[in-house]
Formats: sequence, structure tokens, C-alpha cells
Amino acid sequence: MSELTLTVMRLGFLAVLWLFVIVAVQVIRSDLFGTRVTQRGSRREAGRQQQAGRQQAQRQQAAPPPQRGQQSGGGRRGRNAPSKLVVTEGTLTGTTVALQGQTVTLGRAHDSTIVLDDDYASSRHARIYPDRDGQWIVEDLGSTNGTYLDRSRLTTPTPIPLGAPIRIGKTVIELRK
Amino acid sequence: MSSTSQSPTHHTSTIGAIGAPSRRNTELALLAFAVVIPVFAYANVGLAMDGSVPTGLLGYGLGLGLLAGVAHIVVRRYARYADPLLLPLATLLNGLGLVVIWRLDQSPRLQHRAKILFHAFSPDAPKQLMYSALGIAFFAVIIVFLKDHRILQRYTYISMVTALVLLVAPVFFPAVNGAKIWISIGGFTIQPGEFAKIIIAIFFSGYLMVKRDALALASRRFMGLYLPRGRDLGPILTVWAMSLLILVFETDLGTSLLFFGMFVVVLYVATERTSWIVFGLLMSAVGAVGVGSFEPHVQQRVQAWLHPFSDKVMAQSDQVAQSLMSFGSGGVMGTGLGQGNSDLIGFAANSDFIFATFGEEMGLAGVMAVLVIYGLIVERGIRTALAARDPFGKLLAVGLSSAFAIQVFVVAGGVMGLIPLSGMTMPFVAYGGSSVIANWALVGILLRISDTARRPAPAPNPNPDVEMTQVVRP
Repeated sequence: MSELTLTVMRLGFLAVLWLFVIVAVQVIRSDLFGTRVTQRGSRREAGRQQQAGRQQAQRQQAAPPPQRGQQSGGGRRGRNAPSKLVVTEGTLTGTTVALQGQTVTLGRAHDSTIVLDDDYASSRHARIYPDRDGQWIVEDLGSTNGTYLDRSRLTTPTPIPLGAPIRIGKTVIELRK
Repeated sequence: MSSTSQSPTHHTSTIGAIGAPSRRNTELALLAFAVVIPVFAYANVGLAMDGSVPTGLLGYGLGLGLLAGVAHIVVRRYARYADPLLLPLATLLNGLGLVVIWRLDQSPRLQHRAKILFHAFSPDAPKQLMYSALGIAFFAVIIVFLKDHRILQRYTYISMVTALVLLVAPVFFPAVNGAKIWISIGGFTIQPGEFAKIIIAIFFSGYLMVKRDALALASRRFMGLYLPRGRDLGPILTVWAMSLLILVFETDLGTSLLFFGMFVVVLYVATERTSWIVFGLLMSAVGAVGVGSFEPHVQQRVQAWLHPFSDKVMAQSDQVAQSLMSFGSGGVMGTGLGQGNSDLIGFAANSDFIFATFGEEMGLAGVMAVLVIYGLIVERGIRTALAARDPFGKLLAVGLSSAFAIQVFVVAGGVMGLIPLSGMTMPFVAYGGSSVIANWALVGILLRISDTARRPAPAPNPNPDVEMTQVVRP
């Protein structure tokens, strides 16, 4: 085999190997550089302000990419329907669960959707589910220490406003769009 | 709905995948790429050594492709939302390992050596392909039958006992090449430490999940460090003593480092206390110096590490010296596959020392690529831990990926002369059935955790009350 062919193959192999590494890194690009965080105001005023700001932004840059690619299904959901549940305090901080019409259970039980590792949480503490209109409801499942929405302890299934903190023991979760 | 305004003040970490696409097609494309690279390397070795494309090319290519295809179909069917990168990365490493083992099989020096020592030479590459098939089969079994990793939590203490048995068992078998890490049952020799590493990760995560509050909160602050209470030191002292016993009775540096290191990492992640890392480092330093002062096997390894080219060390074994020469002669771009002299290492050239062949024939560029691939596997493991929705899954993913990382560090560091050599194998790449099978199992469990973590939350079991209770509707 000629020296030239072998040299080409040697360098070609290294190039292909690195190409694979680069392709693999591209796949997880969002992990390394972070995904774009979109934040929408929960109050009307904030929403309107953002609306105005957004129109301005749209005028400035030709076509901002729409951010709803990740969202799927749920055609009947309204404009303000939450799409995810975010843990904001506690050991699971940062964990998110996509809301797709299913019931989310919280508690220490191993088969809960969000497994709380917290001595102040009951094994089946609370659940969050959509009612027939698509409004998300939080219900305390007879827990020992209670579930708090904002500051008030829940006694009946209660609709959850966007961004309102739900506190269970040391864990705080909220719904976001 | 598609507001693109960003508020930098709001910190949202998007760890969980929100309505994540399954990304199985990405995995398939990467997998095809990961099979093509070893085939290319295989042709390259043949052309460099014999001047012709090797006849077995089709067989190895199809074999590897078939294994990858089976694994992909199993993942597509049973773990749809699993991480798309882990399987292609592991396949590529396994394929590259097969090529390099095959290349060392072709070495006249190693063939001659085997004929003198064992009166017969048998190629290792077909055996490694068979082990890889067994590994993929084990992987498939885990993906299919382990529906939820939380089931493993039930076996916390059974895992502890199993792992202890596996770790202690080699003591009762004769030492092979100075280290007692093998057990032989009916002609098969297996390396139980490789499997124990997975099983003990289950114990560590199950145990620390329950005990972490006691270990994290009950402590006094002293000079910026949280000092744990005396009685909370129990677990770390036990694991420390156990790894020292492994070191003394099995003379296995790597395994003891792996277990203690993994425990400290999982302990740190569970309690978020830096003081455990400090304690761990201090204890391993004390343990290593203590054992090194009286254990001849360890002293020998340390001498070979500090003075690899001295006459005394060379008289015993020139492996480390040859390995360093291999890395050196590879340079930046390597000598090209099939054109190095790493077969001079002789014994264990295709298992413990296989990384030296990578270093010589692919050079610094290739070694770095391989290390980045290992790094990506570890990154995906840690990422899985971040996305997991239950504390046990988090700790298990951290434990498994840290074990993987420590193993790569210990082996690569030993072969390159950064730390004393220890008898462990490079995951996926090195020749050895136990290692390949255990590491495929490890990847299988990580994929299962990541599938559970990325899957849109499943509908829970219907509440029996709903069916029992009739609701009066006006």
C-alpha cells in the first residue's frame, strides 16, 4: 500500500472520529449552551407590556423564531393554559414536568409523578389535575401537614393561578406557561 | 402564545424535557455513523498490514451493525424517550475496541509470544464480538424487563449483601498475575468486581437517599467545614475499611479506589456537603500510604509508576515503560492504524494496556477524541441524574456515571503514567467478557433512568374510588 494512501486514511480516520464527536455534541447543544428561557407575565398588565415589547422587537428583527416547537397536543387549551410544572424550591429544584392533560401526583410514594424526599410530605400528598374545562386544579389528598397555595392551606380542590407557589413541606412548585 | 421576550432576571433551569420528542431517529443516524467508523478503521488496519481489505470486513461490519440494530429496536420499542446519545457512543467505543483487538491479533510478535507461552494462539477479536453480543443481550434484557428503575430501590440491602459476596469471592480463588480479582466457575472466569460496581451503586443510592438528612444536617461548623457527628462517620468508615481490605487481600488497587471514590461522590451529591470530599480525600490518602508501606504488590506498582525505566523495574516488567514509549512514538497524529509497535507491551496488550495502542496508532488527536467520547457518556449520565424526578434515580445515575468516570480515569491515568497502574480495564474498549457485559448493563440502567425522566408523566393508576363511588349529577 502506498505511503500516500495510508497517510490520507490515517488523517481521514481522525477527521471522521472528530466529526462524530462534533455531531454528538451538536445533538446535545442545548445542554451546553442552555435553552432559551421564555417568560410570560402572569398578570394582564405584564402580558400587555410584553406584547408591546414583542411587537417592537418584531419590528426590529425580521423574524424571531417562534418558541412553541416543544409544545404538543391540547388543541382546546386556551392562551393562558400552563404547559409545565416547575419545582422552584426543595431538593428537586429545577425539575420540570410537562402538563399534557394527565394527573400529576406528588408525595413520598415511589410511584408518584414527583417523588418528594421530604419527611414533612405524606406518601400521597397532593395531586394536580385538569378539570373538564382544562383548568388545572390542586387537591390535597388528606396529607398530614397540608398543602399550601400561596399562603392558605387547601381544604377543597382549588384552581391554580399561573405562577402561584404551591408549598408541600420544603418543596415549592408552580405552574408555568 | 409564542412570546419570545426574555427576562434575564428570571432564573428558570430547563432540566426536564418538556414534551420532549423521543429523538429515536437522531439515535439511529448517530448509530449508523458509529458503525461506519469502526468498519473504516478495520479496512484501514487491513490495508496497512497486508495491503488488502481484510476478508472478515463484511462479517465484523455486519456483526456490529446487527448488534447496534437490535439494541436500537429494543430501545425504540421499550424506552422511547431514553437519551439519544448513550447508545451510539457506547457502540462506537465497542466497535473501536474490536478493531484494535483484531489489529493486535494480527501482530506476529503477540502470536509468537502466545505460541511460546500457551503452545497455541487463538484470536481474541471473535471472542470479543461474542462478548459484545452477550453484553447487548443483557442490555436488551434490562431495557425490556426493568420497567422502572425505582424497583431497584426495593433491593437496597440485598444489593449490599450481593455486592459484598461478589467482592469477597475472589479471595478464595488463586491469584492471576498478582491480583485476586477473578473467580472461575466451570471453565469460565469472571471478574465479579465489574458487576459489583453496578450492584453497589444501587446500595449506595438507596441507603444514602434514606440517610442523607442525618448526614447533611446534624453537623457542626468548623473553619468553613461542616464536621459530621462521630456516629455519622460510620458508613464512610465502613466503606473505607472495606476498600482497604480489598486492597490488602485482593491486591487490587483499581477496585478499591473505584468503590471508595464512588461512595464519596454519591455521598457528596446526596448531602451537598463539601466536607465529605475533604474527608474522602484525606482518608484515601491515609489508606493508600498505610497499605503501601507494607504491601509488596502495591509498592511494586508505585515503583513502576515513579521509575518506569529503572533497571529494577524493567527486570520485573517493562509494560509501563513500553506503554509510555507507545504514547510517545504516537505523537500528535499517530503512526496510523496497524503501523505502530504497541504489541511490544506483550502481556495484556489488548486488555489493560489497550489504550497504549490507541495512543500510538491514533496519536494525541485520537486519544483525545476517545476521551471526549467517554466524557460525553459521563455527561449524559449526570444529565440524566439532573432530569430524574426521584431522588433514588438521581443518586443511582450519579453513582453509575461516576463509577464509569473513575474507572476511565484510573485506567487511562495508569497506562499514561499519571497514577500507579491498577488492574482494571478500559470500559467497552478493552478485551474481557465481564467488563463489556457489565458496562452494557450499566448503559442499559442509565437509559432506563433517562427514559423515565424524559417521558411525559404517565397517567397514574385510575383511582378505584372513582369507579366504586357513584356521583350524583343534577
